[in-house]
Amino acid sequence: MSIRVENVSKRFGKFQALEPLSLEIPDGQLVGLLGPSGSGKTTLLRIIAGLESADTGRILFHGDDVTGVHVRDRRVGFVFQHYALFRHMTVAENIAFGLEVMPKGQRPNAKEIKKRVHDLLEMVQLGQLANRYPAQLSGGQKQRVALARALAMQPQVLLLDEPFGALDAKVRKDLRRWLRNLHDELHFTSVFVTHDQEEALELSDQVVVMSAGKIEQVDTPQTLYAQPDSRFVLGFLGHINVLQGDVNQGRLSQGNAWITLNDHPNAKQVECYFRPHEVKLQTQPSPTAHLPLKVSAVSLIGAEVRVELEADGWSSPEPWEVGISHAEYNAWQPMRGDRCYAVPEVGHLFSSDKTEPELIQWSQAQQRPVSTARSSVVSLFASA
Amino acid sequence: MSLAITSAISLNPSKRVLPGFALSLGISLLFISLILLLPITGLLLQTAGMSWNEYWSVISDPRVVASYKVTLWAAAWASAFNGVVGLLLAWVLVRYEFPGKRIVDALMDLPFALPTAVAGITLSALFAENGWYGSILAEAGIKVAFTPLGIIVAMSFTSLPFVVRTVQPVLEDLAVEDEEAAISMGGSDLTVFRRVIFPSLWPALLTGIALSFTRSLGEFGAVIFIAGNMPYVSEITSLMIFIRLQEFDYAAASAIASVVLLASLILLFLINIWQAFYLRRIHGR
Repeated sequence: MSIRVENVSKRFGKFQALEPLSLEIPDGQLVGLLGPSGSGKTTLLRIIAGLESADTGRILFHGDDVTGVHVRDRRVGFVFQHYALFRHMTVAENIAFGLEVMPKGQRPNAKEIKKRVHDLLEMVQLGQLANRYPAQLSGGQKQRVALARALAMQPQVLLLDEPFGALDAKVRKDLRRWLRNLHDELHFTSVFVTHDQEEALELSDQVVVMSAGKIEQVDTPQTLYAQPDSRFVLGFLGHINVLQGDVNQGRLSQGNAWITLNDHPNAKQVECYFRPHEVKLQTQPSPTAHLPLKVSAVSLIGAEVRVELEADGWSSPEPWEVGISHAEYNAWQPMRGDRCYAVPEVGHLFSSDKTEPELIQWSQAQQRPVSTARSSVVSLFASA
Repeated sequence: MSLAITSAISLNPSKRVLPGFALSLGISLLFISLILLLPITGLLLQTAGMSWNEYWSVISDPRVVASYKVTLWAAAWASAFNGVVGLLLAWVLVRYEFPGKRIVDALMDLPFALPTAVAGITLSALFAENGWYGSILAEAGIKVAFTPLGIIVAMSFTSLPFVVRTVQPVLEDLAVEDEEAAISMGGSDLTVFRRVIFPSLWPALLTGIALSFTRSLGEFGAVIFIAGNMPYVSEITSLMIFIRLQEFDYAAASAIASVVLLASLILLFLINIWQAFYLRRIHGR
């Protein structure tokens, strides 16, 4: 069941929660609405569900206009952040609710309901908890019951409002993987809201990035990460390192920091963004970049070592972050206060008059080849 | 240094972080004794001078028994009425925004604040056959003042806030999401109320009704003005106690009072037991 959002807007008093926006969600996809709080993602989800009415625009399910259809007739499964399980009903009663309240003609008989509940409980791997009350379950279990309950009347679309927001990191990861598998198995169209970039990128077929009531970009996770359309998207997907300054004679400079930009026209107020893994650290500046930094913190947890650095002799709105491998770390052993130079491989350049970035790549010829650069980094740091 | 700290802790293992526990508990217990336990003990002591036979003959006097029946029935009807109307009022106050809502909310407590005698006089004036309401009701052939119906009116007036004020906070805490979830699963408004909202309200509502009922059992000031106080028809138990007191028969007055007290206590205990049972399920303890 495809979902089409046409020109939908919503205002709460003086607050414009959603600017008029349109969105197409193809059948069978798992789509993430990603944005900071207040970006309108939950409002959009609630409008799709019919829990909120749009001021303008239409919602179409599979080409049929459902704008005027009441939420109880839209056949959407809705999962709430805080589960919204009925406290006075057992797990089985909760799941059976949607089936029991069906109109007489469509309602399955008691035996059929019992079987369906049993199957759903097996699907969410909670068969042994059928007679427990919600208060006796853990957060992850509650959310799985809520999911089974939403799926009980075989909805056309499944909508999830920050489904893992209230869970701890480990459970969240398990449940995320589990939802992905469930989706691949059952192929319902689903839309979920999240403010967690990692969650959105890992789980979705398509990610809709929202900010301030507008859609910033709709793309697959790969494209979104590789070609962000705007400063917002780039800045929102993980940490970003920034050099702000003016361009003069093919050089973007600020204080004692500069990078070369071949034949870029002179300009004021230019920002160049670098992702943590698109930057190398060396003891010497390269011919294309002079970005002196001072190590301020080192975090060893994870697949790579995250080094936090301060600008040395220039200024950056936020500290820089660069990821280096554990091997590099072991060779270098950086300490607080050590000085080094950042050498970017790729940069995303924003001029003040444009919102779309320009991708800058420093050719390998201008720089030392990566492999030797890397070994020289190691040896240089080792000797330093 | 660290040794000194550990020894200080071990010397004083039961030291509490918040001060004043012993003092405040002592004061609380003293006041409970003075205000609650002592009068009840006094009441029971008054009856201690009587033999079981005397006690039984006082409390089973036909006129007194008739007053039990009137009081119980009237209190039952009044609290049932309050259960419905109080729930409705609480619902309106919590769920809707309208001009003057704060004032209506404040007015809810008026029956508590108003001296019951004032309420009684006002009600009997309104419901008398020539009063504002009474004259209209008289045309329909309904007599309120000086009948058991008048007792019900007075009782429900004075005890209505119990239901409103116990249901209101529970209704406010009710998660809107629960309702939204139920509606999104296709539940009709009635189904959602019956199966999702009402089960959550039920314990509070029953507490409110029970409080309203026990308060009605003992209501005196508001009732006697409107009841007409006809023996065997519209005499309430509190009035029987009052009559015995006027006859300086303290023992008999206490004997009847002990029956009312016992009925109220038993009811409160039963409600509390049931509620603990119900809430344990919801809170998973």
